This record gives sequence, structure tokens and C-alpha cells, in this order.
Amino acid sequence: MSDLLTEIVHKYNYWLYIILMMIGLYAMIAKNNLIKKLVGMNIFQTAIILFFISIGYKEDATIPIIAGGHGDHAAHKAIEASQYINPLPHVLMLTAIVVSVATLGVALALVVMIYQRYQTLEEDEIRMRVKQ
Amino acid sequence: MIGAHSPALLILFPLLASFVIAGLIWLDRRLCFPVAVIGLFGSVYSAGHLFFQVLETGAISYRFGGWPPPMGIELQVDQLNILVLVVISLVALINFVASKRSMHTELGIKDETFYVLYLLFVAGILGVTATADLFNLYVLIEISSLASYGMLAMGHPDRAPWASLNYVFLGVIGASFYLLGVGYLYIMTGSLNMGDVHSLLPPIMHSPAIVVAFIFCLIGVWVKMAFFPLHGWLPNAYTFAPVSASRVIAPLMTKVMIYVMIRIMLSVFGYEYVLEKLDLHKWVVALASAAIIAGAFMALAQQELKRMLAYIIVCEVGYMVGGAWLGNVQGLTGAVLHIINDALMTFALFLVLGNIVYIRTKTRFEDLQGLFASMPWTMAGFVLAGVSIIGVPPTCGFFSKWYLILGGIEAGAWVFVVALVLSSLISAILVFRIVEIGFFPADDSDHEAYDHGQEVLKEAPVPMLGALGLVGTGLIAVGIWSGFLVQRVILPFIQQSVAS
Repeated sequence: MSDLLTEIVHKYNYWLYIILMMIGLYAMIAKNNLIKKLVGMNIFQTAIILFFISIGYKEDATIPIIAGGHGDHAAHKAIEASQYINPLPHVLMLTAIVVSVATLGVALALVVMIYQRYQTLEEDEIRMRVKQ
Repeated sequence: MIGAHSPALLILFPLLASFVIAGLIWLDRRLCFPVAVIGLFGSVYSAGHLFFQVLETGAISYRFGGWPPPMGIELQVDQLNILVLVVISLVALINFVASKRSMHTELGIKDETFYVLYLLFVAGILGVTATADLFNLYVLIEISSLASYGMLAMGHPDRAPWASLNYVFLGVIGASFYLLGVGYLYIMTGSLNMGDVHSLLPPIMHSPAIVVAFIFCLIGVWVKMAFFPLHGWLPNAYTFAPVSASRVIAPLMTKVMIYVMIRIMLSVFGYEYVLEKLDLHKWVVALASAAIIAGAFMALAQQELKRMLAYIIVCEVGYMVGGAWLGNVQGLTGAVLHIINDALMTFALFLVLGNIVYIRTKTRFEDLQGLFASMPWTMAGFVLAGVSIIGVPPTCGFFSKWYLILGGIEAGAWVFVVALVLSSLISAILVFRIVEIGFFPADDSDHEAYDHGQEVLKEAPVPMLGALGLVGTGLIAVGIWSGFLVQRVILPFIQQSVAS
């Protein structure tokens, strides 16, 4: 039992992203209101962004800018990879954030179109009017 | 000079053209159409150039900005994706030229905005096909998906936005699962380049994280390709879309995602790993057989031409997924060949659909009466495409189905073989039902409504018919030359990647 607990505490970042992802997925599936679904979608995407950010982290490491490494001295500095957090996942996530913002924009535009047509955002009401 | 950069130009032509059009909308709308055609023609030219280059020298690797592969982004064009690239660029160009008028009637003042999305979509799927970088693949999938959400929503004002929004939700789930799989692969290997990941994987193959990565990537791609239990978004999205959008999205999007699945299986994880370590293939082939049967029966239950075609796509996706997972060279060859053939067949069917919508606007079965009398050329195209879907030689559908059945027999997957044959029979029913409806004029009881009694010849405009004729010829030509395609292009790559 305590093994399991240390396992969970040790890898809490993964558990956190899974919980967030499930919250988002639940909202996308179970909520009736389209805006709430969109919020769920955003939580879902943010969970994955959090996952990527957390895998770039290292204990006692700093941002990947070489301290004092300006001008002529830059070339002489030895670079210890363990001193710097991994910037690559962060760079990837900049792109993923752009993608998720764009998706949200498109989805909101669609929601506006739906609202103008049906005057409601509740999915069951829309379904009822479509059937008529 | 230009030749060396054709892998990049392939994507950059439509991408830049879409930006230029976005600006031209405010300056001079008349210039938008020619610019779009130039952009699409540029990618056709580059794809053709690459095709002959690949035939001569084999795989081409292109480094963006000159950065070497594990660090920089690499584009790779080899025997597996060159055919897909040629088909995508040709279908995009032919459809664009053919649908100029139907875009105008369906979208009215918004048609130039539609061009922008159209070109972005084409750039996205060409990029998905050409890239050799896992994260780049995700971004390009999202570019093409975002463009397709926009295009699909421009259709039927009551239903299209809602259908498109449901597609957004499922599309986001699919792409996010894929991204998550890439994240696990990145944790384990520290690389995002497909070739590099492939060479780093063997020592850590036993790790459960790799299995999780593979499953996440697979499910993500399955959602995007509308593989049977995950197909829910497809029928509505394609039915209510403007026909000029579904004509390019329906043949290309699902096929490109199947290509991505095969690429991940062969070039990232390795076919041996997928088949032997995971031991999933029996289940996936069973699921694919279920997809084929379910797709065929759901198509049979429809009373509307667009929906019927949408379910035929669901059925065809099952063919290709099953073929790729049979675990032998025949099945894999059939799957890759069927990507090309099915893109052409679906395109031909949707061209027919577009012509009917342009003239008659309605596509319920009872509205199709008398079509042979009023639109003989269009219906000739329909019969040809339908015969190819059923799989009658010498049309191309026969040859890929033949390879799939041979592969199924070799693997002993009898359920899959039975599903293939059964779905061919059902497609025969589907096609001949439409032919029967189209052959006879409207009912006698409606004679007051149709005063003239006889149907008048009222065909679609010449560019639309020309495109249909071109694709119809293509269906037969690809069938006749399928031996060449298999021997020279598909088989060398598959044998090499299965053996290694």
C-alpha cells in the first residue's frame, strides 16, 4: 500500500494530467451546454500541455540560458545539461497552445452560428428542433 | 535548383497561395481564382517531379533550412507516400477547377473565403503525407482539420454548424491522443524524427510506455479516419457540408489518416514490433471486419445519396485498416494500393454527387428518378465508379480488393475475407438500386406536376463533366497499370520495411 502511495506521490505530475484530462473528457461527453463542452475541450487540451511541460522539468535546474555566456566568453563556458531544464517540450507546447487557441476560436464561431439559428445553446433543445 | 526543393515547394505553393488570396479578397476578387489554380498546379507539378525522381533514385530526404534530421524538421518522400502525394495534389486541382460554379452557387459571396480554407486544407494534408517529424505531423493534422471544420460548416445552415462542431470535439480528442502518444515516445527516446525514433527504439522495446505510446497514436489516428466504432462524426459532417467541400475532404482526409497509420506502423515502430510484441492484430482485423459489415449495412439503410456515400467511406476504411493489420506483404500491398484507388473512386462518386446537386439540388432517392434521361454522362460516370467500388475488372477497385483477399487467405483471417466478399455484394445492391431508380422517369401519378412527361436533357456544366471523365479514365488507367505501381513503387518499399 505504501509502495503505491510513494509511486503516486513520486509521479504526481502524471496523475495530475490524467485527472485533468478525465475532467475535460467528462465535460465534453456529459455536459449539455455547448459552452461547457468547449470549456471541457480546453481543459482536455491544457492537460496535455501540462504533461509536456512537466516532462521538461529537472530538480534544481534553471531556465536554458547560459549564465554569463555573452559576447566573447560564450564559447569557453562548459555546458552541463543537468543544470538546465529541457526547453524542447516548452517550445513544442507554444505551438500546441496556438493550435488549441485556434481550435477554440473555430469552435466558438460555430457556436455563434448555432445560437443565431436556434436561439439556444442546450444540446437537447437543438436536437429537438432539428427533429421537427 | 527548383527540383532540389520540390518536397518543400509541394506544401509551400498552396500555403502561400492561400495567404495571397486572403489579401486579394480586399483588392481584386477576380484574381483569387487564378492564384488558387496556380498554387494547386504548383503542388501537382512538384509531386509529378518527385514521382519520377523517386522512381529513379529511391527515397528523397529534404532538410528544412538545412538543419540535419534529429534536430531539424525533415520531409521525406519515398515509395510509400509519393503515390498519395500525387493523388492528393491531382484530386485537389481537378476538384477546384471543376467546382468553380458550384462553389459560387452554394456559397455565394463567400466563395473566395472558401478558397483560402481549401488551399490551407490541401497544404495541411500534403504536409501530413510528406513530413518525417512526429510533432510536425500533429501540427499539420490540426491545420488540415481546422480548415476542414470551417469548410464543412459552410453548408446547410440548419445542420452544418452543429455537425461540424461535433466533428471539432471528436477531432480534438483524436489529435490530442496522438499528441499524447508522441509525448510518451519523446520521454522514452528524446527524439521526434521518425527515422531517429525507429533506430532508438529496439533496446527499449519491452517498456510498457512504448506500448502506451503506440496505442495512443493508434486511437488518435482511428478517430480521425472514422474507423468503425469511432465513425460517429463522419456521416453528418459530410452530408450537410457544401458539396464542393465534401468532394475534396471525403476522398482525401480519411485516406491520408490511413497512410499515417501505416507510416507509424512501418517507419516508426516497425512492423515486427506491431505484429509480434503487441499481438493485437487478430483483434484489429476482427474490428476491421466489423467495420466493413457495419458500414455496408448502414449504407444499405440510407434513403439519401450523400449519406449512403458517407457510410461507404466508413466501410472502405475497414478494408484498409484490416489489410494493413493482416500481417503479410499481400495485405499491406492491398491496403496501400487501396488508399490510391479508394481516393479516386470516392472522388468520382462525389463528383457525380456534385453534378446531381448542382442540377437537382435534392439527393433523396425519390428525387433521383429519371436521372439517366436527363443527365446521361453523369450517370455513366456513376456506373463506372460504382463498378469500381464493387470491384469489377478492369477498374482499379478490383486489383486492390484482390490483394486484400489474397492477404486475408494467407493470414487465415476468414472473417475478413467473408466480410470483403459480402460488402462487395452489398455495394452491388447499392449501386444497382440507384441505377434502377435513375432509369425510370418520375411516377405516373405525378403527371400533373411534370406536364411534359418526358425528362429533358439537362446536364451539368462542361468543366464538371470533364473532371468526371478524367477521373473515370483514371479509374481504368490505374487499374490497368496497377501491376506497374505494385511492382515498381509499393512492393519494394513494403518488402524492405517488413524485412528490416
